[in-house]
Amino acid sequence: MQATEAQPHVDQATREMFYNEALGDALRLEMERDPRVIVMGEDIAEHGGAFQVTAGLLDRFGPTRIRQTPISELGIVGAAVGAALTGLRPVVELMYVDFSGLAMDQLVNQAAQNRFMFGGQARVPMVMRTQGGSGRGNAAQHSKSLEAWFAHVAGLKVVMPSTPADAKGLLTSAIRDDDPVIFLEHKLLYRTKGEVPTGEYLVALGKADVKRGGTDLTIVTWSREVLFSLEAAEKLAADGVEAEVIDLRSLVPLDRDTMLTSVRKTHRLLVVHEAIKRGGFGAEIAAIVAEEAFDDLDAPPRRLAGLETPIPYAQHLEKSVVPQVEDIVRVARELVA
Amino acid sequence: MDKATALDLYRVMRRIRVFEERATVLFGEGKLWGTIHSYAGEEGIAAGVCAHLRDDDWITSTHRGHGHCIAKHADLGRMYAELLGRETGYCRGRGGSMHIADTSKGNLGANGIVGGGIPIATGAALTAQQLGTDQVAVSFFGDGAANQGAFHESANLASIWKLPVIYVCENNQYAESLPVKNAFAIDDISKRAEGYGMPGVRVNGRDVRAVYDAAGELIARARRGEGPAFLVADTYRHEGHYYGDPRKYQSKDEIEGWKTRFDPLVDTRAWITGARLATQAELDAIDAEVIEEATRAVAWAEAGPPASPISLPGDVYASY
Repeated sequence: MQATEAQPHVDQATREMFYNEALGDALRLEMERDPRVIVMGEDIAEHGGAFQVTAGLLDRFGPTRIRQTPISELGIVGAAVGAALTGLRPVVELMYVDFSGLAMDQLVNQAAQNRFMFGGQARVPMVMRTQGGSGRGNAAQHSKSLEAWFAHVAGLKVVMPSTPADAKGLLTSAIRDDDPVIFLEHKLLYRTKGEVPTGEYLVALGKADVKRGGTDLTIVTWSREVLFSLEAAEKLAADGVEAEVIDLRSLVPLDRDTMLTSVRKTHRLLVVHEAIKRGGFGAEIAAIVAEEAFDDLDAPPRRLAGLETPIPYAQHLEKSVVPQVEDIVRVARELVA
Repeated sequence: MDKATALDLYRVMRRIRVFEERATVLFGEGKLWGTIHSYAGEEGIAAGVCAHLRDDDWITSTHRGHGHCIAKHADLGRMYAELLGRETGYCRGRGGSMHIADTSKGNLGANGIVGGGIPIATGAALTAQQLGTDQVAVSFFGDGAANQGAFHESANLASIWKLPVIYVCENNQYAESLPVKNAFAIDDISKRAEGYGMPGVRVNGRDVRAVYDAAGELIARARRGEGPAFLVADTYRHEGHYYGDPRKYQSKDEIEGWKTRFDPLVDTRAWITGARLATQAELDAIDAEVIEEATRAVAWAEAGPPASPISLPGDVYASY
């Protein structure tokens, strides 16, 4: 698999930024670099976006490039498809991934398939930024993790950054990419902080990040569960269990090599994700490892994922349905026992 | 109208009619498969609207898209090649009748989803406005699509942003099998334009002059930056919804009656000869040329190589 061209700068100056700030930095830099980049979405102008990603961009770029829209998800996403087909590079902000059902025809039947259906005549260089995940008491219609829906559609790319630096680098790559990219942020990552390269910064799509080396098991994960998995790995290390933690960063394209290399070393696989287990992307990871590295495994692959339920409201209930740090520790211990 | 314009309109209409007749024959011979939806009977709309468009103006089309494609100057041979699943087809055999696109002529594709092209044309108009060009976008769709949410959201968006897009609703009286009287509580679909704050115009779709005149004004207005418009053309499809439609929802009297009474090609000939813009013989000569063109196009298409095998990821992704 060939990853999207990108050149991370090695000796770049950095600054501490919040995840949402890093995303805004990527948008600003790409809009300065390329006049064809525009942003469309609800409440993105004066309000700065529901999660303050576009804060300050209206003043800098004006209302023709920061296009605040009516609440018309299908119309906005469809307009982005048409604009992308004809020469712009639109970035749509969809406030919650739960609203993507309203725009699904334009994503699945149009954006994803135009290139193929037209025999290669078309490109659809658009990004749909949205956010999902639970943990904020937003309940069932504002908390889902729907990456498996998009990963199942031929023609879409699916990106899920877990750190501020990756948020910036991956969004920059997504904007420069010539295919439609579904860019899934997590609502509880926006206020996480980290060192982020200032100035132009790209992280290639399709290149996983080994967050922590280990020899006893491989944890493959993405989005907020990367943070949980790293915390769990520290607890496991206290007991002498060394987990290698891999942040996939994008599900499509998928970095098969990095996870297979790791599993061939550790002989054990645990996939952790917040989305419900049934039909989740973890099943794809487990299946790939079973198909490609079965003889290297010392135990069956394990999946730790959300319960098959809508996300409940009450705080203790909400926590009970998605993997927490202690759940990861428990299952990892079972796996290496 | 001058003679050249009138004969151009007639030639485009005849080209569409002959294309559909040949496609039907090819289907009957078992050379096509899948589904085709004939535009026969509706030719005056595509011809009258697209006569005002340049190659760098955009259109989005429908499942009944052959007519729009031809009116936007597609090559008949490459269209037949697509229907025949050939590598030489517009979509290299990957799309078929319902997905023919010709981006070099601004055709952003037929569409298998009713109303699917409406937001896309709106986005193309956004590009024109954003880049400060005088290009326009036209979205063709049927009476069925006028009841999709995509139309409502797009029309409103275009109107608040004054985008250069013209929504052309071809009211052919049926959304698949549903008659318009059972799908609308109003008798004139163009009335909806008022709710979006844009001009709404209703024309007789069998009269190519009426379509040409109305579309000309609305397109010129959009080019001047005065915003979107809604054009509704009343028409009738001569065939069923698709090739082989048993048409149980229509009576024999209706089908035969409409087909003889409602033929825009007959009307156009009568107008052109009546206005002494051309003689019957000149029009017959155009017919003969078009038939010859279609014959050559089919032969060229049939001689083309079969579509190449699917190549991944390149057929699906521009980069991977």
